[in-house]
Amino acid sequence: MRIRNVGRRQEPIRLMMTPMIDIVFLLLIFFIMTFKIVSPEGDFNIRMPAEAPAARDPGILMIPPLKVRLTADRNGGLTGVYLGEARMADAAPFEELRERIMQIVGDDAGPGSAVEDSEVELDCDYNLRFEYAIDAITAVSGKIRHGEIIKLIDKIRFAPPRSQ
Amino acid sequence: MRFRSRHSAAVADGDMTPMIDMAFQLIAFFMVVINFAGANQDERIHLPLSELAKPPEAPFELPITLQLDAQGMVIVAGEMIPVARVKPLLRREREFIEYRGGKPSEATIIIRADARARTGLVQELIKACQDTGYEKFAVAAKQQEED
Repeated sequence: MRIRNVGRRQEPIRLMMTPMIDIVFLLLIFFIMTFKIVSPEGDFNIRMPAEAPAARDPGILMIPPLKVRLTADRNGGLTGVYLGEARMADAAPFEELRERIMQIVGDDAGPGSAVEDSEVELDCDYNLRFEYAIDAITAVSGKIRHGEIIKLIDKIRFAPPRSQ
Repeated sequence: MRFRSRHSAAVADGDMTPMIDMAFQLIAFFMVVINFAGANQDERIHLPLSELAKPPEAPFELPITLQLDAQGMVIVAGEMIPVARVKPLLRREREFIEYRGGKPSEATIIIRADARARTGLVQELIKACQDTGYEKFAVAAKQQEED
């Protein structure tokens, strides 16, 4: 049987654009509304097992940690930075701390080096604002020279909290 | 003088192609830059700045995020609780990790503490985590642009 295509004229097919544009704009608005500029953030690793120091492996020669002491006034402002017994200059205490740490451990980060084995214990006043603790962690953990990070000490721990 | 319109009234049919092109380009851009990793971030916390704070190269295994605001309240899972009452919650997390076959010593506690928070409270928070069996900690800081 032959079917003839009778009575139909060849017309150009017109696509319905309206629903697609609707969806496209909806998606666009969704992405614009949920767009949030997030500044990058990073983390400093702190390893603090709860065990007592005596319970550690006695085979490893333990180098005593470098003690960094931060003192604060009642409002949390920084009043002094000490490395061991030495007090850092008040003008730029964290710069001096970093210089002294570099003098002690050097900047050779190879295996078995002083950088690898050294540890810093942060002893902060209870009221100290946390930003100063982060400044101290930054000062002991590295330095930026010509856009590159030179690693210093990455084993950092907090001393037991002081009373209020 | 009278002008006569000789054109017949036809439906104005603008060319939609450039607009759709642009709209798709914009959608592609926003899809690429959308960031779900920032879901842990909280507007109430103003992190301290550090020039060495670089985003980690690999994500932490078993991360648990604790946020400490300037008033000393811990924000965890949308709840605000004082530091002294955080232990039951940590114990619950530990049970969950153990149930899934992990160890709490492998989990990393990410502490996002406000720059104005008291360091003693951060230490108390770490102490509470240690008492519950956690060993690995990471304190978060916001990346500071170099001078």
